[in-house]
Amino acid sequence: MLRGGKALLVLGLLLLLQLTVDPNHYVSRVLLLSCFSVMLAVSLNIINGYAGQFSIGHAGFYAVGAYTGASLSHFGREWMEASLGLASFPAWLADSAVLLAAVVAGSVAAAVAGFIVGLPSLRLRGDYLAIATLGFGELIRVIFINIDRVGGARGFSIAPINSIFWIGLFTVGIVWLSRNLLNSRQGRALQALRDDETAASVLGINITSYKVMAFVLSAAMAGCAGALYAHFDGYLQPDSFNFIRSIEIIIMVVLGGLGSTTGAVIAAVVLTVLPETLREFADYRMVIYSALLVICMLVRPQGLLGTSEFSWASLRSRGKETGGGLA
Amino acid sequence: MAALIQAVQVTRAFGGLVAVNSVDFSVRRGQMKALIGPNGAGKSTLLNLLTGITPVTSGDIIIDGSSIRGRPAFHAATLGLARTFQNVRLFENMTVIENVMVGCHSWTRQGIASGALRWIGHWREERLIIEESHRQLGRVGLEAEAGADAASLPFGKQRMLEIARALAGHPQVLMLDEPASGLSTRETAELSSLLRQIVSEGVTVLLVDHDMQFVMDISDEVTVLDQGRTIAEGTPEQVQSDAAVIAAYLGTEPN
Ligand SMILES: Nc1ncnc2c1ncn2[C@@H]1O[C@H](COP(=O)(O)OP(=O)(O)O)[C@@H](O)[C@H]1O
Ligand SMILES: [Mg+2]
Repeated sequence: MLRGGKALLVLGLLLLLQLTVDPNHYVSRVLLLSCFSVMLAVSLNIINGYAGQFSIGHAGFYAVGAYTGASLSHFGREWMEASLGLASFPAWLADSAVLLAAVVAGSVAAAVAGFIVGLPSLRLRGDYLAIATLGFGELIRVIFINIDRVGGARGFSIAPINSIFWIGLFTVGIVWLSRNLLNSRQGRALQALRDDETAASVLGINITSYKVMAFVLSAAMAGCAGALYAHFDGYLQPDSFNFIRSIEIIIMVVLGGLGSTTGAVIAAVVLTVLPETLREFADYRMVIYSALLVICMLVRPQGLLGTSEFSWASLRSRGKETGGGLA
Repeated sequence: MAALIQAVQVTRAFGGLVAVNSVDFSVRRGQMKALIGPNGAGKSTLLNLLTGITPVTSGDIIIDGSSIRGRPAFHAATLGLARTFQNVRLFENMTVIENVMVGCHSWTRQGIASGALRWIGHWREERLIIEESHRQLGRVGLEAEAGADAASLPFGKQRMLEIARALAGHPQVLMLDEPASGLSTRETAELSSLLRQIVSEGVTVLLVDHDMQFVMDISDEVTVLDQGRTIAEGTPEQVQSDAAVIAAYLGTEPN
């Protein structure tokens, strides 16, 4: 009942924001951009943090989701309007239907890409896997540069559907799924194979299928973020999905603490808000990121939060402990 | 009675080095069997072959009637095999109880959707897993450390945790690679009584050690390996008085 209550609270809050806040206001734009970063960092954390595989091509999955979602809504909207009778719906409902269809298509396409990239991860380790995933990310970008139907290097313009409600809902949903996964049979199997593949397989864990599962799930989440992002401005460019973007996502995950969803969320928000608000920061972004990484490696190699997670329960019990100490 | 585990003419070579050489070896159901031999005899290698971690060069391994040749490493667990390692291999970034919870993997069934979406089946199974894990921690005396990081445990307790993790999978056979090494006298005595209890519950135990003394008073049958070959097999008494065994252990004379 309590859990249902929380879900209703989130829905209510998002609806309220949707109805009262201008999504194109500067502050809401920065926060919505943070949502995309959160979805990306939290999803990459499943591969790099939970499963301990080093993937650095996450922008590639993001791009697959974005271009697939954008194509569906650009080329398929007319068909959807005609065959589903969307035209007779109120605009917000028709928009939501198109956006959801785009999200589903983007997630599925990215999941397929995740499956294809996940396969080599069975054979490759560490640096080699990193290079393979990097290659994948670049390959995807080059492919989109060369498809004229989606604008090539000039970029791809579609009708924007900027929805605080849906972006917020999917962000919360992805964080929730990812947190749940951590404390589940499957999430424990991922962490086990991260720590010791041999010991994990001796306990009956099929290393192969779990690694692929991590890639598929993570890619699907990035694809979902991509499809939403495509409709945010209604404009996509292959270069927004370049290597630098992948590196930014990794930095969020590493700084937040590999394996900690809470850490990934915090780092994603901070590292998105800072460059958007401080011009100087934006100019020297990559320099500052590198410096942050080096400092983090020296001072706190486990990242901001290590592998720990925020939870209301632990906050409450901590409060009790201090309370007991005082009494 | 048919053997639960059977190695048929098993050979494993590492380059030119033949670590296990045409070995026939079997473990019967319900037995406490010991595999001993001096360091480098090939005991750990044979254990790796039996659990499918290392593929055989030739020969066959048959577990409960089915061959594991060419099967992936996780397959042996589905046939009811569990093991510990000579150099303890815990999941070091997980807590003590989480390590044991991973051990429940082989008999649990909930899929990714169930866990990620918190379906009712997830909660039901999770409760069973937690109960079982506490039970296993209790029997190895680690109940108090359930929430600690696995890596923070002292060595002796890490060994016990590894056993608890293996038992959490409800195995038919438990294989232990030098479980007493690095343990204090008191810990070794506790281990012996734990192993006796496990056998009395119907679990078959295969005990690997280079130290004869520990295995002699608890095992039913002993196989001695030297330089990759079986040199003796029999009851502890028979093996202890075997000339070839005494020669292999020259300097560490059994008494
Ligand atoms: N992965 C490996 N690669 C090369 N040689 C190995 C490997 N594993 C074991 N050996 C060699 O095989 C022999 C038997 O080793 P092992 O099975 O560990 O002996 P034991 O457990 O009886 O002490 C040793 O000479 C060892 O060096
Ligand atoms: Mg050994």
